[in-house]
Amino acid sequence: MKNYFKYMAILALGIVSCEPELENSIEDADVYTSGEADFSNYVALGNSLTAGYADGALYITGQENSYPNILAQKFALAQETNGFTQPLANDNIGGLLLGGTKIAEPRYVLSVGATGPLPGRLNAEPTTEVTNKLQGPFNNMAVPGAKSYHLLAEGYGSIAGLQTDPPSSNAYFARFATSDNTSVLADALAQDPTFFTLWIGNNDVLGYATSGGVGTYQIDNTDVTEYGPNDITNPIAFSMVYRQIVEPLAETADGVLLNIPDITSVPYFTTIPNNALALDASTAANLTSFFQAVAGVFAQVLMQDPNVTPAQAQALASQYAIQFSEGANRFLIEVPASPTNPLGFRQMTEEELLLLPIDQAALRQGYGSVVLTQEVGAVLAVLQSGGQPTPEQVQTLFGAVSGIADEDALDSEEIQNIRTATAAYNEAIKSTADALGLGFVDANALVAKLDSEGIAFDGGVLTSTFVQGGAYSLDGVHQTPRGSAVIANAIIDEINATYGAKLPKANIGDYGTVTLDQNVQ
Amino acid sequence: MKRLFLLGLFVLATAITYAGGYRVSLQGQRSLAMGHTGVAVVNNAELAFFNPAGLVFLEDRINAAVGVSAVFSDVVWQNEEYGQMARTDSPVGTPFYAYFSYKLSEKFSVGLAAYTPYGSSVAWEKDWAGSHLVNDIELAAIYVQALGSYKITDNLSIGGGPIYVSGSVNFNRNLNRTLTDLEGNRTNVTLDASGVSAWGWSAGAMWSPVDSLRIGVNYRSEIIVDAQDGDADFENVPNSPLTPFQDTTFDAELPLPAELTVGVSYQLNEKWLFAFDYNRTFWDVYESLDVDFGNPNIPDSNNPRNYKDASIYRFGLQYTANETFTLRAGYYFDESPVQSGYFAPETPRNDSNNFTGGLSVNVSDRVAIDASFLYSRFEEINESYDYYQENEQNVPFEGTYKSSAFIPGLGVTIKI
Repeated sequence: MKNYFKYMAILALGIVSCEPELENSIEDADVYTSGEADFSNYVALGNSLTAGYADGALYITGQENSYPNILAQKFALAQETNGFTQPLANDNIGGLLLGGTKIAEPRYVLSVGATGPLPGRLNAEPTTEVTNKLQGPFNNMAVPGAKSYHLLAEGYGSIAGLQTDPPSSNAYFARFATSDNTSVLADALAQDPTFFTLWIGNNDVLGYATSGGVGTYQIDNTDVTEYGPNDITNPIAFSMVYRQIVEPLAETADGVLLNIPDITSVPYFTTIPNNALALDASTAANLTSFFQAVAGVFAQVLMQDPNVTPAQAQALASQYAIQFSEGANRFLIEVPASPTNPLGFRQMTEEELLLLPIDQAALRQGYGSVVLTQEVGAVLAVLQSGGQPTPEQVQTLFGAVSGIADEDALDSEEIQNIRTATAAYNEAIKSTADALGLGFVDANALVAKLDSEGIAFDGGVLTSTFVQGGAYSLDGVHQTPRGSAVIANAIIDEINATYGAKLPKANIGDYGTVTLDQNVQ
Repeated sequence: MKRLFLLGLFVLATAITYAGGYRVSLQGQRSLAMGHTGVAVVNNAELAFFNPAGLVFLEDRINAAVGVSAVFSDVVWQNEEYGQMARTDSPVGTPFYAYFSYKLSEKFSVGLAAYTPYGSSVAWEKDWAGSHLVNDIELAAIYVQALGSYKITDNLSIGGGPIYVSGSVNFNRNLNRTLTDLEGNRTNVTLDASGVSAWGWSAGAMWSPVDSLRIGVNYRSEIIVDAQDGDADFENVPNSPLTPFQDTTFDAELPLPAELTVGVSYQLNEKWLFAFDYNRTFWDVYESLDVDFGNPNIPDSNNPRNYKDASIYRFGLQYTANETFTLRAGYYFDESPVQSGYFAPETPRNDSNNFTGGLSVNVSDRVAIDASFLYSRFEEINESYDYYQENEQNVPFEGTYKSSAFIPGLGVTIKI
């Protein structure tokens, strides 16, 4: 029996020693290295883009493919780490409950309908209850919805604050905030991070952009407590807040800062073309003659004012004699009525943008051009026969114009506000990185590249085209896992360059894009 | 005797690839211990496989040999660019053989043989980086053969017989690199077919120009195992008309290539015997693994393999120490049929150097215990499989592979 065991041991040894080993195994210590950085306790700060929020919701597989989680897996190849924890949602449905009441919708999935594949909200009930506090600490401290100054805001994770109107706190942070009055930064610092990434500031313009610019660019007001959710944060305020976030982190930790992409190049703003008004020749001619009628009638209206000369009236009214041609035409947009544009509409310019949620059925019914009713036709008939329209008929005529509402579009001024603020934020981010000797990733350039030529990988080219492009999830703003891999790789490049580390990249093609499901609301 | 043979037949065989492609050269402990030579060696009933022409030269009226090997085989893969690594956790394979011959007359012997010359069992970690090519595969083929061996002259014989093959395959892989259901579970397919039968034959000749020298040649025919109406089981398929992967049937062909062996053996004196075999395996027939799904909505799967014919050079020697002990040793060089760029992780094999050894112990005049071991040494290799496609674009799967195999075996020889 003794011998039997001895032989078994020898045999087992022989088999174990036969386990194949590579000469340059990545399990060996020197293949990947941390350089000057220490990844033992990596903390990620940011907003939804960092949290792994995608398809309009926070759900488990999205979080598992967050760029910080991809990074952490690579960090763990270079050195022993404490692991990487995230405040995972309860399901892959997405959405939130507060005291059993739904306060955030489930994720979008791609379903095939009569008109082809379209994103739709998953038809399921969220199960992630905000009041079920999670036990941290969590390495991924990113909070969907957070603006720059929210990271400093005490009470941002208060459950009670969610009940006020408007809520004074954030449901995503409330799930894992260590106390009612803590701040995101305080909870992050309490973990003594050895390494951090920060990608914050996107929401400082995004709320404004996704609201179609209905908020205010707070160009003269640095008091962030007075801001509404759709306002653009004052760049000076951003700069100060940004320093306040980064400085205490950088005292003990190395890190990488990411700048803010030009949000107007993401699918949320680029998918619906502003010239989707497709007309045949006769409809184009009808519309042109309609607007000639509008211009003519309006000139007459103006000339009723004795102070207005016929020439002045013609000049002002002629802007409404909009020409349409067969094929693609730009939509009309509502603008505030002004002395130079008294009727308050105009045709969109080439650079102006429509928002993804715009009612496309309404666009086909005349939203963005003219809603031609029988009454309008009657007025036109009067005009064609050389008759004088009554004031009511004039109102009917002008009222038929259906410009696209402010909240469905970004006009050139709004786009300019977004770009000006973004550029100012990016200066602050870059100078902070330079001043504190931190890594810097030009996420703006990455997103611009996705929008222009795309980013090639072994299975194709990743672009910002909605649904098919692969980089953006079905909400048109947040990355897919594949998009997150691109960001992770940019950060890895920067860490390798700045900190002399040797980290491998993520294989972009291994990461997925959008999820298919027919079960939609 | 009959019982032993039947027992051998019904042992559930799981053969692991350790030779080039999915050829499993473990068809006799005595031969294996001598580098798996044997086409020109008259030793025991293992001749039924190596060269049936030699059966008639066996001295005893009844000869039998049965045996089984335990295959411990593993592969490690890594991709340094992406920091990915995976190891197989393949089950221990147990290829077996059972041979029996009966001398009807001085000139004529008949025999029966069962053996497992082809098979593969590779299990990678589920959803590993190459899971779009293979998660796991089990391929087994049992050959059953009736044999005749005829002595034309005292120093020349021929032999051969028909082969019946029963094959089975179970193969799982993910549909592509990223497709999942709503919960993030990877979409995969399992192909399963068993009891797939086919027919072939083998024939050989043996000639002794002088008493101490034997020359042998043996040919085993190509056998195409044609699986019809196997089960294709799709799992974790997203609920979408864009992914119409419902469980269905499949047809697929797998060739078990022909093999030609020529060799010599030389009896130096009563103690020493030398043997050399050359194998040519006609792998060229394995051009592509094409899976044709029964459901016309499911695109067929074409997987180019483009194997090339491959050679194996085998050397063996035997030392008869005394009436009880016979010692053996051998070496062979096994050329991989896999061409560069076609290195698929389901049969991740490159050229190998193989070292063998073993001994026989004569327990009695009639019974001997045969033991052998084989150690296969593979160089590590940077290779890729370049013919997986996404969006009609080839997406190479690359990395560094290293394999190893350690195979002890035990058998019994009986002569009456």
